[in-house]
Amino acid sequence: MSILHHVGVLALQGDYAEHIDMLESNGANVSEIRLPDQLDEVDGLIIPGGESTTIVQLIDIYNFRSKLVDMASKGFPIWGTCAGMIVMANELTDKRPSPLQLMDIKVSRNAFGRQIDSFEENIIFSGVEGEIPAVFIRAPIVIDTSADVEILSVEEHLSKPVAVKQGNLLATSFHPELTNDSRIHKYFLSMLGK
Amino acid sequence: MALKSGSKNNNTGKSEKGTWKVKVGLAQMLKGGVIMDVVNAEQAKIAEDAGACSVMALERVPSDIRKDGGVARMSDPSMIAAIIDVVTIPVMAKARIGHLVEAQILESMGVDYIDESEVLTPADENNHINKHDFKVPFVCGCRDLGEALRRIGEGAAFIRTKGEAGTGNVVEAVRHARAVLGEVKRIQTMDATELMALARDLKAPYELIKDIHDTGKLPVVNFSAGGIATPADAALMMQIGVEGVFVGSGIFKSQNPSKMAKSIVKATTHYNDPEMLVEISKGLGSSMPGLDVRTMPEDQKLAQRGW
Repeated sequence: MSILHHVGVLALQGDYAEHIDMLESNGANVSEIRLPDQLDEVDGLIIPGGESTTIVQLIDIYNFRSKLVDMASKGFPIWGTCAGMIVMANELTDKRPSPLQLMDIKVSRNAFGRQIDSFEENIIFSGVEGEIPAVFIRAPIVIDTSADVEILSVEEHLSKPVAVKQGNLLATSFHPELTNDSRIHKYFLSMLGK
Repeated sequence: MALKSGSKNNNTGKSEKGTWKVKVGLAQMLKGGVIMDVVNAEQAKIAEDAGACSVMALERVPSDIRKDGGVARMSDPSMIAAIIDVVTIPVMAKARIGHLVEAQILESMGVDYIDESEVLTPADENNHINKHDFKVPFVCGCRDLGEALRRIGEGAAFIRTKGEAGTGNVVEAVRHARAVLGEVKRIQTMDATELMALARDLKAPYELIKDIHDTGKLPVVNFSAGGIATPADAALMMQIGVEGVFVGSGIFKSQNPSKMAKSIVKATTHYNDPEMLVEISKGLGSSMPGLDVRTMPEDQKLAQRGW
């Protein structure tokens, strides 16, 4: 890897440690982000899986909201996995939580059902060769997007997008950080520092 | 929607539910969070609004179970269903140790995680539930690494080191978390030749000990449970090395449950930042009344249930 990227992982709640391990094993320099000022030091941010109501609440308590909205609009790369996708959405089918409205996507939470319906499936991801092992845990799904949003992957059973990209912003319903396959992390790193 | 060519899946469409990865995965999503005991829908709502990453539905919090005595069983399914209805975060519920039918009932009603818990009165003093038989994941308690690995061997996808539930006294939680995590560190430094003898001494599956030797960590997520009554208690357990906390009586037996809940959530995030913890700990009112574990008769210690 030619450039050493400095990536932040939002460490308010969720599986941030798994993302950090994956990024570090791909040669990135990583920082845990717990306060907004720490965002100034990094080239991109991952919003991990976790509980979206908890993460959004802590985002607001610690005043991340306006800063993240501003940075996202200025081209700062952000990738949300699962809860992270919910946080980045423009609109949810639920009343709660109140998302950051970074991407033109409408998201349905727990779209596949409760934990007993959580599953693993291999998916196709545009821009990455071959199949990708995807882990869906009480996962959300994208039910609508604007024309500016690229759909990178569609889940077979619900025929709805599970990976979307809008410029500098990436969101996935599933958890590449829970597998040994780092191709989506490499994909995100390629969005940094262009 | 702009469908990028090649994004549609043309794979075999095979998906598999209830795998080990999705069972462990939900616990991974709870990391850095607080799981709160609630006894009704109203409390569940307060917990969710305070930032709980999950709620544990039970009929009585441990301090009341301790006070009331008698046999403590799985909660009424209608009460659990009412909680499932009002929150969007995962809902857990407790089954008695070894009570596989209570577990079947909880799985059927869509509970997201089952706690095979020593807080309830054990139904089988010899055997825990064979958790591999279920699609729903289980969390179990432990006091040392051997107990943790026996539970994982039976299929537990999530471990909580036992404190002494319902006491508001963190001392047992500290003791057992240090026992488990200290043993994990020790295994890392051991020679591979010594692992089978260790498996014999710990009465634990060799494969799991080998796994810890190779990876340097437990194969599942480990939270602390029992005796946590303040934000500082939660931060203490996180600094010791657990990955999140269960708080039972500590919230709804405190003077201001909503405020206490929010503060414990914040302390679990900023556990390593004393300046933040000062602000978080201010003006919470009184915590739950505590019990001295040393003066407690042995037969009243819940953590000793299970083996």
